[in-house]
Amino acid sequence: MLVGLLIIIPLIASLLVFFTKGNTSRTVALGLSVVEFILALAVLFQYKHNPASASLMLNCPWVESLGIYFAVSVDALSMLMVLLTTFLVPLIILSSFNTTYEKPNSFYGLILLMQMALIGVFTANDGFLFYVFWELALIPIYFICLVWGGENRGRITFKFFVYTLLGSLFMLVGLIYLYNHTGFDTGIKSWAVNDLYIAGKSLSLNQQSFVFWCIFLAFGIKMPVFPLHTWQPDTYVTAPTQGTMLLSGIMLKMGTFGLIKWLLPIAPLALEKWGGLVIGLSVFGIIYASCIAIVQKDYKRLIAYSSIAHVGLIAAGILSCNQQGIQGAVMQMLAHGINVVGLFLIADILMRHTGTREMDKLGGIRNMNGNFAVLFLIIMLGSVALPLTNGFVGEFLLINGVYQYGPWIAAFAGLTVILGAVYMLRSYQAIMLGERRDSAIAFGSLASSDKWVLYIICFTIIAFGVYPKPLNDLAEEGTKAILTYIK
Amino acid sequence: MKGLFIISGLGVLAMLAEIFKFKKLLYPLVLIGILAAYATNFMEWNNNLNIPMFSNMIRFDNVALAFSGVILVTAFFWFILANDYFEQDHVTDHFALVLFALVGAIMLTAFSNMTTLFLGIEILSIPMYVLAASRKRDLASNEAGFKYLIMGSFASGFLLFGIALIYGATGSFDLMAIRSFISHAQGSLPVFFYAGVLMVLVAMLFKVSAAPFHFWAPDVYEGSPTVITALMSTIVKTAAFAAFMHLFLVVFGGVSQTWSMVLAVVIALSLVVSNITAATQESVKRMLAYSSISHAAFMLMAILANNRGWASINAILYYSLAYSIGSILAFTVLYNVSKSRNSSNIEAFNGLGKRHPFMAACMVIAMLSLAGIPVTAGFFAKYFVFSVMIGTSFKWLIILAILTSAVGVYYYFKVIIAMYFKKDDSQEDVVMETSHVLLLAITALFTIVLGLIPNYVIEIFT
Repeated sequence: MLVGLLIIIPLIASLLVFFTKGNTSRTVALGLSVVEFILALAVLFQYKHNPASASLMLNCPWVESLGIYFAVSVDALSMLMVLLTTFLVPLIILSSFNTTYEKPNSFYGLILLMQMALIGVFTANDGFLFYVFWELALIPIYFICLVWGGENRGRITFKFFVYTLLGSLFMLVGLIYLYNHTGFDTGIKSWAVNDLYIAGKSLSLNQQSFVFWCIFLAFGIKMPVFPLHTWQPDTYVTAPTQGTMLLSGIMLKMGTFGLIKWLLPIAPLALEKWGGLVIGLSVFGIIYASCIAIVQKDYKRLIAYSSIAHVGLIAAGILSCNQQGIQGAVMQMLAHGINVVGLFLIADILMRHTGTREMDKLGGIRNMNGNFAVLFLIIMLGSVALPLTNGFVGEFLLINGVYQYGPWIAAFAGLTVILGAVYMLRSYQAIMLGERRDSAIAFGSLASSDKWVLYIICFTIIAFGVYPKPLNDLAEEGTKAILTYIK
Repeated sequence: MKGLFIISGLGVLAMLAEIFKFKKLLYPLVLIGILAAYATNFMEWNNNLNIPMFSNMIRFDNVALAFSGVILVTAFFWFILANDYFEQDHVTDHFALVLFALVGAIMLTAFSNMTTLFLGIEILSIPMYVLAASRKRDLASNEAGFKYLIMGSFASGFLLFGIALIYGATGSFDLMAIRSFISHAQGSLPVFFYAGVLMVLVAMLFKVSAAPFHFWAPDVYEGSPTVITALMSTIVKTAAFAAFMHLFLVVFGGVSQTWSMVLAVVIALSLVVSNITAATQESVKRMLAYSSISHAAFMLMAILANNRGWASINAILYYSLAYSIGSILAFTVLYNVSKSRNSSNIEAFNGLGKRHPFMAACMVIAMLSLAGIPVTAGFFAKYFVFSVMIGTSFKWLIILAILTSAVGVYYYFKVIIAMYFKKDDSQEDVVMETSHVLLLAITALFTIVLGLIPNYVIEIFT
């Protein structure tokens, strides 16, 4: 029942927010998203207490004749993703307090609607339900980007929409194909995730390859993995800050989470055959995106490319299909989600205080606001994975995992550490240090809501870096569960 | 069965209304009559299975009742949409023509003889020819009626020729007789029988406007009055598909090897041609015309996958319901927008999101449903088609359908982008009658509910 509440509360919240007006919208939205976070903590507590508790599962028929159930449950992996989502959404809402959006009720309503869909994606245990939530998540973000986005948003958000929709339609075909192969022993077709696993394993290599590519296309586009990434930088830059945060902080994780839960156990043979190719592409993507990030002038675009690099490593870790790789990927998903929200908030603060994100025009802000400089530094270090920050655990495990797959490929994947440090440190230097530019003069002090968000993020980065054990344990448990399905 | 009588009676009554001067009463009478016909449909459900009527000319089994139910529901919504179409001149003629077209449509769901099929098609088509040209001072409307008539008669010719050839081979007009003849002949049928089947196929493809028999559709759709276009793309389509399905799933299912490849090619052509052409249209009305071709292709896919028993019929039923309701929704918005802005071009929608948020939201739901995005009815419609298709040897068609649906998203979303993104430069405000507001609310809700609980429709035949 608890897990049902997790999905229903954001839905009710979004409907409530649609009926509010003006500034009350954001207050109501923030309040309700905090309630949702508290509920997620309660679910975590329940899970720790008794992972098999009935309140963590919900299974009622939807279209029974087709074997479609509204089946959701929380396991270690989805617990982590739910925590990430419910933790980030209040921060994302809070970070918008200094921007006035037109029609705030629709804006916050859509954010909460998106939260509902995201939690649905992470908890769904039924292939069809998973697909429905997956698609549902796309609609609010499309409208957020279209209505409140920047220049050229019509064309750019449209490209984003078509890319992701095309991918997910292929996934639908892959899933229907699997569904048609379920129940070969019992004769009852089913969408349940375990039955899809069994159906997937019973297929021949060629059939598995078909399913693998169909499903991978959806996840690969969502993450995005090279060469499916071309929608991403423009969309990230054009979307309103909160939209970008949702896209990169949480929505990207739909793809990586999907890889772990909905692809690895379904097509093990195909994975053996094609995994190397995909890892190669991901690693190439790391280097490619890092190199482009280095030459970026716009800070927001730089973060967008850095996100491709990070997600490339995550994908490589997942597809290497060993304990360290997947566990590292999960840890890095959490860390990246938190850090990237911080970075996009910083980009937004720069824009609001100086009117530009061009790094050439920025400089010397540290002298104007030392507090901001420290917060920025912590987030930046978290994202280059310095030890004792949250990024370190995941990145270490990831490179370890990829090394087990192949030392050479790990050598290239490891470049992400160096290249990441290059573009991150350079951008920090350009923006915060050096001579004070004209744009920095009016920088002033931060608004309190921004400060709070940054404090919370920095605290999490350090806390999670110094003592990652609780999350790491969950990640380990989740990984083991998935690996037992694969082996 | 009684529904058919009620609608015919209404049609006759409408012709008398001019003489006996109860024109004002006619509109409520028609609405009530349609509801009554729908109610009798309900009562006959499961009640008169396989009772052949009029020496086995017509047979209202459950499938026929279900499809005529879809037609009647759509007709009810359509009459609300078209209320001011019946306030101009020739009121009673318009009523009578539409009602007789409905009679033809219902006959097409229930025929069990080739002659009834032909009668149904003609009763449906002839009023439509006239209605297409009903804006008689408008050149485009005249052109539409004329084109529709010429092309339609040509297709009827094909149909008759096909029926004659089939009669020549089998010696019967009766569908069940033809069916058993096919199964007894075991492949040793005369060549001209196959020619007859293909001619019937061509005629039916013309009626559902599948490529390459679609050339009439865009001009006719654009030229006709908007409400008549709505009628053509919903009720006429549903009826034609019911007939198509009946013929090719039930009767000619035994000789599917002759027509399945032809149909597959037609579907592929329709998908590609319609979606690519729709993407380049400036007029929303014309865009919807092309999109209706692509929806026809989807429904044909369910017919092509004919080996899945009831699944195909369920899929077609659900698809035609979802598509009809979605189209009524879209046409209601289009009608109101084009009426107050005197243009059905995409620019007419600019800034509607700000001016009229409710109407824009309804249009979004319509577009999402037509594009097949969850949780609207259109999504499940596409899903059911995919799920019947995936077991066949035509998997390449699914891939093609997916690729072309992405193109489909492009033109549906052009409307959404115009509504929310483009600046509005015209001064006229879009006003809407209360009845249309209600209609929008009901059909939008219907679309969502149908997407959330598809059970009732999809499990109707098991």
